[in-house]
Amino acid sequence: MGSTITEKILASHCGKKVVKAGEFIEPKIDISLSNDVTAPIAIKEYLKTNTKKVFDKNKIVFVMDHFTPNKDINSAENVKFVREFAKKEKILHYYEGGNVGVEHALLPEKGIVVPGDIVVGADSHTCTYGALGAFATGVGSTDIGASMSTGKIWLKVPQTIKFVYKGKLNKWVSGKDLILYTIGKIGVDGALYQAMEFTGEVINKLNMNDRFTMANMAIEAGGKSGIFHVDKKTIDYVSKRALRKFKVFESDKDAEYVDTIEINCSEIYPQVSVPFLPSNAKSVKSLKKTYIDQVVIGSCTNGRIEDLRIAASIMKNKKVHKDVRTLIIPATPQVYSDALKEGLLKIFMDAGAIVSAPTCGPCLGGHMGILASGEKCVATTNRNFVGRMGHVKSELFLANPAVAATSAIKGYIADPNELNNGAKK
Amino acid sequence: MILKGFVHKYGANVNTDEIIPARYLNTSEPKELAKYCMEDIDKDFVKNVKVGDIIVADRNFGCGSSREHAPIAIKAAGISAVIAKSFARIFFRNAINIGLPILESEEAVDAIEKGDKIEIDLANGLIKNLTKKQNYKAQPFPEFMQKLIKFGGLLPYIKGTKTGGK
Repeated sequence: MGSTITEKILASHCGKKVVKAGEFIEPKIDISLSNDVTAPIAIKEYLKTNTKKVFDKNKIVFVMDHFTPNKDINSAENVKFVREFAKKEKILHYYEGGNVGVEHALLPEKGIVVPGDIVVGADSHTCTYGALGAFATGVGSTDIGASMSTGKIWLKVPQTIKFVYKGKLNKWVSGKDLILYTIGKIGVDGALYQAMEFTGEVINKLNMNDRFTMANMAIEAGGKSGIFHVDKKTIDYVSKRALRKFKVFESDKDAEYVDTIEINCSEIYPQVSVPFLPSNAKSVKSLKKTYIDQVVIGSCTNGRIEDLRIAASIMKNKKVHKDVRTLIIPATPQVYSDALKEGLLKIFMDAGAIVSAPTCGPCLGGHMGILASGEKCVATTNRNFVGRMGHVKSELFLANPAVAATSAIKGYIADPNELNNGAKK
Repeated sequence: MILKGFVHKYGANVNTDEIIPARYLNTSEPKELAKYCMEDIDKDFVKNVKVGDIIVADRNFGCGSSREHAPIAIKAAGISAVIAKSFARIFFRNAINIGLPILESEEAVDAIEKGDKIEIDLANGLIKNLTKKQNYKAQPFPEFMQKLIKFGGLLPYIKGTKTGGK
């Protein structure tokens, strides 16, 4: 019996030939990541270990992205605490101020994560890096504190569910729609403790942006990780960025899967996950007219340049609805700069949208776009739990950038196919 | 170790935004976090909870973010253990790592009601319902994790194993 890509990556990091699902292991890690919310606890826990210095100053990453630019005094104190620790320990990858981007968009862009890596992060969306053929999983702050001392993590080798995407993508259907549809099919704990391996003819054609979006939301199905195979698109993306050498792993033909789920993409229409779970995915066509107060286009899920291009193609020469605050949040400084160069920011500004500095901000109800009671918002983010973006009685609808941009113009949750402006996908 | 308390009961998919909303994540002080524990799902929780009480919930407890603030808030609010049909995986790690006992038991969750008084024998994975006079079995922890709990969490475990154990 062969091994999955996940089992091979894990085995290679603990000096074993083979590891099998269910086994407890303590592999070496390549990257230990935390942010302004989770790093303060991680550092305090690390300090309790009385370790003389961190295991590797080049493999620890701190990204101050959640409540930054610092939203209040406590947040500023937290960032100061992390900054001082990073300086003292000479941490190579410390990001704040003009360098900061939303962590899971930033790390791949900077080549910090490469195929074959094991990445642990005190942020649930760490699973994003699975798009690069790496094993990446969210853990807690204590885990990160410990990993900064030992360079290792304790893990149970996950079983893998294989997803096979067949058929053809309908117009305006993106990676976001595939993953929302998938979560809708299997539920928010449908892949609990398991690795989700995304395969099939449709996946092979997806660009890296769509793959990042899909891997990003594996956690919303309870998954330990999401993973893609490395192909020419991955190599093209990584080779101009990689800060380290990397190794490519592949699943064996006779690898063992706990389940194989086939998805016929021809049946998938742009999706909207209605409150209050990401698994409440419905076709945008099936929704009754729902008026909205806010649109957010950004986040680690959909804040990359490809996402902004789609939104701009729809918003060009149009105005956002007068009742809809529309926030555009480029995920990283590079995305911001590219969007400026390509004229996208001008399109957004002319449409009456707000362009913000890179931040997680409203995605977790932190700042920069909090909802009042009864308000409704369409967001390209990843979670629509009760109170996620503000008041307990606000409502959040998850969608792709095309649906979000169309809704901003129409004033209600709208299907991009309703628009007849020659916008191109 | 025996834990005893009254039950606060919840449904499936209780998420970390409900356990401790992000608007309070600008601190990691346990006592401060405890003030807002469960605020978005049960606004009276903090008023009603007594030291030793036990949370009982359906599937996938603690889903969502990786915030360790969630089990920290629960523990600091006085909760001695959480019983659920299943736990979201990061919450599971975090609870173990900070030494908050968590148990998986389908039959206990189905039978136990809000306000029941229950007793948990952690070493044997036994749950007694003192109100209903019933006993339930919980999923025992794997040996690896029992060791971690015995050390009192992940960091004492690391310290302990680095110095040859205690």
